[in-house]
Amino acid sequence: MNNSNIASKNISTPRHESEFRKKCRAVWFKTKAFFDGNPPAIVGGFLMTVILLGALFAPVLATHNPDKRVARPHVAPNSEYILGTTRNGRDVYSQVLQGARKTLSVAIFAGIIATVIAVSVGVTSGYFGGKIDEWMNFATNVFLVFPQLPLLIVLAAFLGQVSSVVIAVLLGVTSWPWGARVIRSQTLAIRNKEFIISAEVMGESKIRIIMVEILPNLISIVFGGFLGTVIYAMGAEAALGFLGLGDATEVSWGSMLYWAQTSSSLYTGAWWEMLVPAIALALTGGALALINMSIDQISNPKLRTGPHMKIWKKMHKEADRSRGLL
Amino acid sequence: MKSPLLEINNLCVDYVSPNGIARAVNNVSLTIAPGETLGIAGESGCGKSTLAFAITRLHKAPGVIPEGEIFYNDRDILKMSDKELRNFRWNDVSIVFQSAMNSLNPVITIGEQITDVILAHKKVTYKEAVAKGKELLEIVGIHGDRLSSFSHQLSGGMRQRVVIAIALALEPKLIIMDEPTTALDVVVEREILNELYDLKEKFGFSILFISHDLSLMGEIADRIGVMYAGNLIEIGDAKTVFNNPSHPYTKGLLASFPTIHGPKERLHGIPGDPVNLLKLPVGCNFQARCSECVAICKKMVPALDELRPGYKAACHKL
Repeated sequence: MNNSNIASKNISTPRHESEFRKKCRAVWFKTKAFFDGNPPAIVGGFLMTVILLGALFAPVLATHNPDKRVARPHVAPNSEYILGTTRNGRDVYSQVLQGARKTLSVAIFAGIIATVIAVSVGVTSGYFGGKIDEWMNFATNVFLVFPQLPLLIVLAAFLGQVSSVVIAVLLGVTSWPWGARVIRSQTLAIRNKEFIISAEVMGESKIRIIMVEILPNLISIVFGGFLGTVIYAMGAEAALGFLGLGDATEVSWGSMLYWAQTSSSLYTGAWWEMLVPAIALALTGGALALINMSIDQISNPKLRTGPHMKIWKKMHKEADRSRGLL
Repeated sequence: MKSPLLEINNLCVDYVSPNGIARAVNNVSLTIAPGETLGIAGESGCGKSTLAFAITRLHKAPGVIPEGEIFYNDRDILKMSDKELRNFRWNDVSIVFQSAMNSLNPVITIGEQITDVILAHKKVTYKEAVAKGKELLEIVGIHGDRLSSFSHQLSGGMRQRVVIAIALALEPKLIIMDEPTTALDVVVEREILNELYDLKEKFGFSILFISHDLSLMGEIADRIGVMYAGNLIEIGDAKTVFNNPSHPYTKGLLASFPTIHGPKERLHGIPGDPVNLLKLPVGCNFQARCSECVAICKKMVPALDELRPGYKAACHKL
């Protein structure tokens, strides 16, 4: 018994390992193919990796406690306080790292909520049609005409200074209708294709048709919509924070901007307090937008570029030149 | 002999793929005389459609034409500017694509689609264009009132006729038909081809007919060219190619479908698969599947030699 157990382990371990290796290799090749000859993906991916690593290892990378007064107010950037200090004497570098955690988690959480609602509403109304579609479309349109940021401001003001979780939920719940509409129309286009009809004839359940047949066709739209919502939620979170409607005691890029504004840091020459979170926001938004652009190239095989397209361009030019067209 | 309407000299078309450069059309030279029907036959992927796309310069990335000339009435199509090309397409050469269902816009009436072509190329009033559209529909055997129909209201055969009517709209000198009847049943196919034949008598245009159906081609084409792996391997008058082919590949193609009359025999077909264009063998492309392959076939590429006046084949055995 014991022997056989060991033997089977001995046999199964290398096989399992090679299997795992194969999978790793496949993933590696796919990642390589994604970045190969795709400059937006390279730049966006690099930036996003740096930002995410910074947020993830914020407690390790931070040089000071972001919530504590550690120096005199408005110290210009120097070797100890790399990005200077705020009006309250807090270290901007540590704050921006800590703030990335809050801001990104709010943005991604809001993006996930919005995407889940958008996908379920869009696919359901697109696939089932009829009365369900009518009602869901009505709800989508109602949410669509809500003026979103004013609504958020009113809600946030009504609830008082709210925590970031509440802001994430509010953003998620109000920013799904655009995605839902796009997904609904795409589902409508797909649902009459032959492969869906044949799946119905084969007796597949509705859930399976939606999950296995329809959803994989929507991945690029869903992912694009998700990234778009994340960018939007990040901006909205910062805007709410800047207006003082978020929790100003939490460190986020929005609240950093709020404090920078209330201490009129730009007037007093402490540009670092304002510019650092602003640039962090702009870079993150840009990185996400670049990744969004590069997803297009992957999801649409006809748009796909690569080293061979460079060869094509060269050959095409040469051929045109030899014919006197250039 | 009259001067040819279309003359293709040493045309090469390459596709640049991530795994290398595939030559889809290799050194093809052929001519089409005014009023002639030339059929191009061959397996899927042998370069028939690529040839048709090259003639109208519709090839897009990653396709490229590194060498060759295509003369239409002594003008090189490959040297035309964009403006000349726009004028040339449809006025001089029109094309009927494989699937008529996809050539028609589903949300515009077929009447609008026919008049569109006429209005874009000719200086006529809308009324005249509609009258012309009606006439065209009646030429292809559809009632003129159908102008206000949408494409989904028509059957497959009718749609194909509409597409042919649009191709005829400007009375071009050459119509390229890229497997126009592949999606249709034989009865409709027969009707459409008969109509096409009558129209040809009437208007006197040339046809470049691309199909994999050799028996169909034997009937309607004046000359037949056979392509394999991008090369033109045999070209000659239809009767000879169909009844008495020289090249082993053409023989194989003809042995791939049964005759209606005579005893039932086991079909031979052609063994193996078409060659990989990225890994072409030394010598003849057909060597691996050829029943008559000899030593020289593995060393030298056979040239397209003139066996008799007007009849060419590329094989070492001939």
